[in-house]
Amino acid sequence: MRARALRLGEATLVAAIPIVLALVANGILLAALGRDPFAFYGDMFERGLIEWQGFQESIIRSAPLLLIAAGLIVAFRANLWNLGADGQFLLGAALTAGLAPSLLESLGVWPMLLITMAVAAVAGGAWTLIPAILRGRYGVNEIITTLMMSFIGIGVANVLVKGPFKTDVGGVARTDVVAFDERFPLLFDTRIHLGFVIAVVAILAVHVLMTRTSLGLRLRVLGANPRAALHAGLRPVRLTVLAFAISGALIGLSGSVEILGVQGSFRADFNPAYGLLVIPLVFLARLNAIGSLVLVIAFSVIQIGGESAARQAEVTSDILFVLVGLMLLFMAVIEYLRVRLGLGMRFVPPEVAERLRPPSGEGGAATGEPRPAIGAGEVGSR
Amino acid sequence: MSDLLSQDFLVALISGGLVAAMPLLFASLGELVSEQAGVLNVGLEGYMLFGAYLAFVVAYNTGSEWLGLLAGIVAGAAASVIMAMLCVRLNLDQIVIGIAIILVAEGATSLLHDARYAESRPSLGSPSELEIPLLKEIPVLGESLFSQHAIVYVGIALAFVIGWMLRRTSAGLSVRAAGERPEALDAAGVSVTATRTWATLCAGALGGLGGAYLTIVGAGSFTPFITQGAGFIAIVIAMLSRGTAPWTIVGAVLFGMSLSIATALQLIGVEIQTDYVQMLPFIAVIVVLVLFARRSYLPSALALPYVRGEK
Repeated sequence: MRARALRLGEATLVAAIPIVLALVANGILLAALGRDPFAFYGDMFERGLIEWQGFQESIIRSAPLLLIAAGLIVAFRANLWNLGADGQFLLGAALTAGLAPSLLESLGVWPMLLITMAVAAVAGGAWTLIPAILRGRYGVNEIITTLMMSFIGIGVANVLVKGPFKTDVGGVARTDVVAFDERFPLLFDTRIHLGFVIAVVAILAVHVLMTRTSLGLRLRVLGANPRAALHAGLRPVRLTVLAFAISGALIGLSGSVEILGVQGSFRADFNPAYGLLVIPLVFLARLNAIGSLVLVIAFSVIQIGGESAARQAEVTSDILFVLVGLMLLFMAVIEYLRVRLGLGMRFVPPEVAERLRPPSGEGGAATGEPRPAIGAGEVGSR
Repeated sequence: MSDLLSQDFLVALISGGLVAAMPLLFASLGELVSEQAGVLNVGLEGYMLFGAYLAFVVAYNTGSEWLGLLAGIVAGAAASVIMAMLCVRLNLDQIVIGIAIILVAEGATSLLHDARYAESRPSLGSPSELEIPLLKEIPVLGESLFSQHAIVYVGIALAFVIGWMLRRTSAGLSVRAAGERPEALDAAGVSVTATRTWATLCAGALGGLGGAYLTIVGAGSFTPFITQGAGFIAIVIAMLSRGTAPWTIVGAVLFGMSLSIATALQLIGVEIQTDYVQMLPFIAVIVVLVLFARRSYLPSALALPYVRGEK
C-alpha cells in the first residue's frame, strides 16, 4: 500500500517536473520576445481554467484529445507505433459530417448520432488494417505505413468533402451544417456536450482493458517482447491487428465527436493535427490512461487559455508547440536521470526502493536473477 | 490527350517536379545515412523548418543565396545535435525526441517569423539559374533539366557520392555496421556512438539544406509550417530506398512530380483536384508494399539504442 502511494507520488512528480521546467523555459522565451511571462501565464490560467466560460471551452476541447489518447495508449502499449492518427481522425470526421445531414432527414437525431459514430469508428479501425497486417505478418515497419495511410486518409477525407459530401451552398467547399440542437445533447446547463462523457468513459475503459483484462495483458506482453508472446502461445498477427483496430476505432470516433460536438460541418482542408500534440501527453503519462486523462485536460486548459493569452500578448498561438515540445524533451531527460541516478530513491526506505527500481536498470539486467532467488541464495550461503 | 506531350506541359511537369523534389531529395539522403547507422530521425521535419527559417533570414539580410543555403545546413545540423546528444549518447527514445524536435521547430520558427516579419512579409528575389550551354538547347529536356539552380545538380551528384561512400569506403562500412550490427562495429574498435553521431549530424545538415532550398529556391519566402509534412515524406523515401542512395532521386522526383502534375495539367486546360494527385505516390507505395511485402526493409538495429555489453 505504502509502495503504491509512493509510486503514485513519484509518477506525479516525474510528470510535473518537466511541465514546470517547460513553463519556465517558455517563460524565458517570452521574456526574450519582450513579453511579460507572468502576465501571459496569468492570462492563460484565468482564461483556460478559472473563468467558467473558458473552463467549459477547455473541457470541450479535451473530448477529441481524450479519445485520441485512449487510442494511442492501446497501440503504444503493444509497442505498435500508430503515427497515423490525423488520417484516422479526419476520415471519421469527414464521414460523420457527410452522412449526418441525410441520416437526420431519414432517421432522426439519435439514430444519426449512433450510426455516424459507429461508421467513424469502423472507418478509423479499418484504416489501420493494412499497416497492421504488413507489420504483423511481414514485419514491415508500421511507422512508415501508418504515416502513409495517414496522408492517404487526409486526401480521401478532402476528396469526399469536396465531392459527394459537398453542400450546395456556395463558398468554401464543406458539408451541410448540422444544426446546434441536432448535435450531441449538452450536459445540464453547460455548453459541455455528451462527447466529453463518451471520451472519459472510453479512456477509463482503456485503463480497465489494459490493466484488468487478459486481452490487455496479452497486448502488453506483445509490446514487451513479441518473441516471448509467440512462445507463450499468443498469436502476434491477430493481436497486432486487434490492437491497431481498437486504436484506429477510438481515433476515428474522436473525429466524429469533434464534428457532432464542436464543428457541425467539415470544411475542406480542415486538419487540427491533434495527433502530434497528443502523443507527447500520452508519453508524459507513461502510457497510463488515468494519467493521460489528467494531462490531456491540463493540456486543454493550457491550449484554450494559451490561445487567448497569446492574442493578449500579441504573439502567435504557435508558441504552444514550443511549450509541448519542451515538455517532451524535459520529460525524456528527467526520465533518463531518474533511471541513471536513481533520482528520488534516497528518500525512500530501501526495501521499497528495491521494488520501485525499474527492472532493466544498470547492473540489474546483468545479473538478471529474480528477486526471491537472491534471498534464497543468502540462506544457502550461510 | 495529345496535349499531354506538348512542350509546355512536359516542361512544367519536369521542372516543377524537380523543384518540388529537391527538398525531399536532400532530406531523404540525410535520413538514409542516419537510418543506415541505426538512427531514425522522426524530427527531420524539424531540421527542415529550422534550416528553412535561418536560411531565409541570412539570405534576406546578406542578399546571398549561397550564404543562405549554408545557414540552412548549419541550422539543421545544430538541431540534430540535440538528437545526437539525447538519443545517441544518452540512448533516449528516438521517436519521442523526434516528435519533440518537430514541435519545438514548428513553434519556434513560427514565433520568430511572427515577431520579426509578420507585418513586412519580405521575400527574396527570384533564384538564379545555372544554364548549361548546349545541353539547354535540347527541346523539352533542355528547358526543364538544364536550366535549374546550381544546387539541383549538387543534390543529384550528392546522391551518387553518398551511395558510393556507403558502399565503397570504410566510413560507409562503419555507418552500415552501426545500423546493422553495432556490437560487431564496437568489437572492431570503431566507436558506435561517434559513427551514429556523425550520421545524425549528416541528417540534420542535409535536412536543413532541404529546408533552405524550400525557402530560397522554392518559395522565395518563409511561411510558418512551410514544410507541410515534407520531412515525413522524406523519411518514407529514405526507407523505401533501402540503403541505396541513388534510389532517393527516383523517389523524390516521383513524389515531386505528383506535386507538380496538377499545375502542369492546368496549363493544358485539364482541371484535376490536387487531393487525388497528392495521394497517388502514397497509394502506389502501399500497393507495392502489399504486393511485395518482404522482410528486412530496414537496418536491424534501427531506432534501438546501443549499450555496450548488453544482449
